[in-house]
Amino acid sequence: MSTTAPNPTTSSVRSEAPVLSARGLVKTFGRVVGLDGVDFDLYPGEVLAIIGDNGAGKSTLIKAATGALIPDAGEIRLDGEVVSFRRPTDAREAGIETVYQTLAVAPALDIAANMFLGREMRRSGPLGSVLRMLDHKGMRESAAQSMSDLGIGTLQNMAQAVETLSGGQRQAVSVARAAAFATKLIVLDEPTAALGVKETNQVLSMINRVRENGLPVILISHNMPNVFEVADRIHIQRLGRCAGVVTPKSHTPNEVVAIMTGATTLEETPGRASN
Amino acid sequence: MTPAAPADTDAGTPAPSHSAAEQFAKRQQSPVQRIQHLLHAHPSISPLLVLVLSFFVFTYLNPNFGTLRTQSLIMQQVAVVGALAIGQTLIILTAGIDLSVGAIAILATMYSAKLSAEGGVPGPLAILIGIAVGTAAGAVNGLLVTRLKLPPFIVTLGTYSIFTAMALLYTSGQSVQAPAMPDLMTWTGKIVDLGGFRITTGVIMVVILYLVVGFALKQTTWGRHVYAVGNDSEASLLVGISVNRVLLSVYALAGVIYGITAWILIGRAGAASPNGAVDANLESITAVVIGGTSLFGGRGALLGTLLGALIVGYFRTGLSLAGVDDQWRVLAIGVLVIVAVSVDQWIRKVRA
Repeated sequence: MSTTAPNPTTSSVRSEAPVLSARGLVKTFGRVVGLDGVDFDLYPGEVLAIIGDNGAGKSTLIKAATGALIPDAGEIRLDGEVVSFRRPTDAREAGIETVYQTLAVAPALDIAANMFLGREMRRSGPLGSVLRMLDHKGMRESAAQSMSDLGIGTLQNMAQAVETLSGGQRQAVSVARAAAFATKLIVLDEPTAALGVKETNQVLSMINRVRENGLPVILISHNMPNVFEVADRIHIQRLGRCAGVVTPKSHTPNEVVAIMTGATTLEETPGRASN
Repeated sequence: MTPAAPADTDAGTPAPSHSAAEQFAKRQQSPVQRIQHLLHAHPSISPLLVLVLSFFVFTYLNPNFGTLRTQSLIMQQVAVVGALAIGQTLIILTAGIDLSVGAIAILATMYSAKLSAEGGVPGPLAILIGIAVGTAAGAVNGLLVTRLKLPPFIVTLGTYSIFTAMALLYTSGQSVQAPAMPDLMTWTGKIVDLGGFRITTGVIMVVILYLVVGFALKQTTWGRHVYAVGNDSEASLLVGISVNRVLLSVYALAGVIYGITAWILIGRAGAASPNGAVDANLESITAVVIGGTSLFGGRGALLGTLLGALIVGYFRTGLSLAGVDDQWRVLAIGVLVIVAVSVDQWIRKVRA
């Protein structure tokens, strides 16, 4: 632990260019301010947790970054280039995959079908281009490959219906789909909210695996132990603003909760790294 | 069981390899659970069992039932409802329902029959007009469902009345008899003798329809999207499937099938009557439901619908050959529908 370089409490002193960055994001819903000028950066190969109380704007922030909402003002850059997503498919085409809390799976369809839902592999030649025939075999093999890439050994039969899987296994299918198609980053929205202890650990190990495979991850979570276990940096949202960006090494969970709830501020609690 | 999978190695949480939970997960399934999983994977098994069983029971009650002659007659009787049930299956797979099937078929029948008999329209064109009328009517249903976001039940309840009234107004309630029409119009009633198994060209057309639509549902991206939209339309939207386009295509294709069925209906009845096929609405739903397709959408297979339509035909002819009052047939079909939906409810609760 002590051998690593001291982590700065702010993200401004990094040499690498961020994969995804936002400046001055504003989003209002009538008279309610969802985002009040938020900046954030996601760097290559990191897991960035976004935490905050209900109504702090973490969902709004992530929806703005993935095209589910259009911000009123502000700028989003992907690999340095300004992007404006009008709908979730725009973000997907740009290489940002989102694992929604609802998982967005069709429960009666099998694992392979869900992995490729909306982007089915077709047979080669006129069978695929004219008859639009599905490549069942290719999709099963590729789905099995994606599963093993993430170290998910418990799912062997890609022809199994998703509704016959446990909650953690369904989450695994959804994460594997995102990891297989994402080229820039993955957003996970409360991936462990509905899971037990063992399945939560499996999902956290998948997140580690995704990072090792080179994709940065944005993790939205309420669960402080999970965040401290897996995140490299923690972006704290409070009342539509960013209350600070810390790391699991610079601050304790209690300090982070205190900043999140407004009991203290980052200035009052600069953490170990700045001392 | 998966030595090649280092699932927990890097999370810092090595799971005990034989925890109580894992033992529990690997427990033997009870026979009932195994049946539930089997039916979940293959929903057409139960209608197939009912069909085979009823074949033997009805043949035992009256040996005439098992003859090629009786079997071929049943095929001919079932053809029209069986064809309409293809469109109904597509719509029910999207978690919809079509109460206007019969009305659309009659509307298409009356347009092509009257135009060819009294308007001097040649046979092939009259048939195409019938298919076009069916397609347009199906598309109207689809547009009301997708654009106005009305429930399919209400849309088709309304269009059922509208299309029925249109057919009656157009024909002033008059039938068109076969001799008045070009021969092609009744070609679908022509007998084809397959070594003692006498079916009509209409029956062959229905079989082809089943093969083509069955292929599209199971083997193409379109079919996959039909299942996905019926299973979870929210999820389908999130993964980028254009739900409205899929729905509209399903209603329009159902209309095409109803239009083709109109031609088969003229051949079968030897006439076009605005009062024919009154029971087709409910009978087509019955065939789909007995065939194991879920009314909640996204589950089922076209093969099941074919079996369901045959089961209804078996009960009609079988019970009548057994000398039983026809009301027993009506009662038995009612029981079958309720049993089929109960089985579906049970299958949908399947868990790992």
